[in-house]
Amino acid sequence: MNITDHDPKTEVVLGKPTPSGLFWSFLSIGAFTFGGGYAMLPLIRKSLVEKSSWLQDDEFVDTIAVAQSAPGPIAVNMAVICGYKLGAIKGALAAVLGATLPSFVILIVVAAFFLGAQDNPFVRAAFTGMRPAIVALMISAVYDIGKSTIKSRLAAAIALGAIVLLLVIELHPVLVIVAAALIGLAAGSYRSHVPIRTSTSNDRGDNT
Amino acid sequence: MIYVQLFKTFFKIGLFSFGGGYAMLPLIQKEIVGNYSWLTLAEFIDLVAISQVTPGPIAINAATFVGYKMAGIFGSTAATCGVVTPSLLVVLTLTLLFVRYNRLESVQAAFAGIRPAVVALIVAAIWNILPPSIQAFSSWVILAATLLAIRRFRVHPILAIFSAAVLGICLYS
Repeated sequence: MNITDHDPKTEVVLGKPTPSGLFWSFLSIGAFTFGGGYAMLPLIRKSLVEKSSWLQDDEFVDTIAVAQSAPGPIAVNMAVICGYKLGAIKGALAAVLGATLPSFVILIVVAAFFLGAQDNPFVRAAFTGMRPAIVALMISAVYDIGKSTIKSRLAAAIALGAIVLLLVIELHPVLVIVAAALIGLAAGSYRSHVPIRTSTSNDRGDNT
Repeated sequence: MIYVQLFKTFFKIGLFSFGGGYAMLPLIQKEIVGNYSWLTLAEFIDLVAISQVTPGPIAINAATFVGYKMAGIFGSTAATCGVVTPSLLVVLTLTLLFVRYNRLESVQAAFAGIRPAVVALIVAAIWNILPPSIQAFSSWVILAATLLAIRRFRVHPILAIFSAAVLGICLYS
């Protein structure tokens, strides 16, 4: 996780993608990944690490850590980070535009069709059939995510508490997320026995 | 004005959706179905189905779809810009901090709390979309068969969804 080891100058030497190069790379990433999220990571790695060697593997891993720690779609976050690292603000904007454009265009076409054909009996029937399948996909996903996430009593308590808040009290999801983040922060500072504010100076010391 | 409303609503969705994918659904539902009634609950589930068989992140798909329904292509543009902007701002800030201080501990501590809540968000989403998804006994059969297909036989989700659509056409039209 030592990104400061890489001098910005050596990164520029490593590869010099133009904003349009970044745009096309992320356009193909956005166009060929279904289901979103983590499904996109292997494709992004292939495009940026293997094919163009714009990034090294350890840089790519750091990138994922930041993308997961921020809100928003993971693919868009990856585009922002990779684009910024490789081409500053222009690069970030070009990469985000590339990652977003395929689903934007495709969804406009689909929406135009769907909203016109919504009452067609065949379309109705197809979607009636698909809905329980979507529920099944979500059950499968939540099982996987739950298994990898809920590994401590605290995590289980947060999950259970959040379910109660969401379904029984019908609290707004934003409030539930903020509360969970605060609990995480409190637990983190309790565990390290160091208040979060003072750890900045420690980290600076580690870097030298 | 509808464009501003679309931008603001999807900005909020982008800002508070962690974990991506399904974890975004309760928030999208609360805002789009609950607060604004831009979609019915049934349309919302259809949107999830569409998102699964089209490429790209679910949040972008949702923004484009809802924006288009409410205000055409410009609506799509407003909503999509709204959902992407928080990513740009937050991630750029994080990248700058990360590069400067090489420190992400507090963000990761917060995220350690958010992750189990994401599980709860998906459970809540399932709970909410279950009733309108079950139209007949055959719906339960499709649900169970899909679960079996993707867990036991590792069928690709897109193939599973298309099979369910074909079954739906055979059963319900």
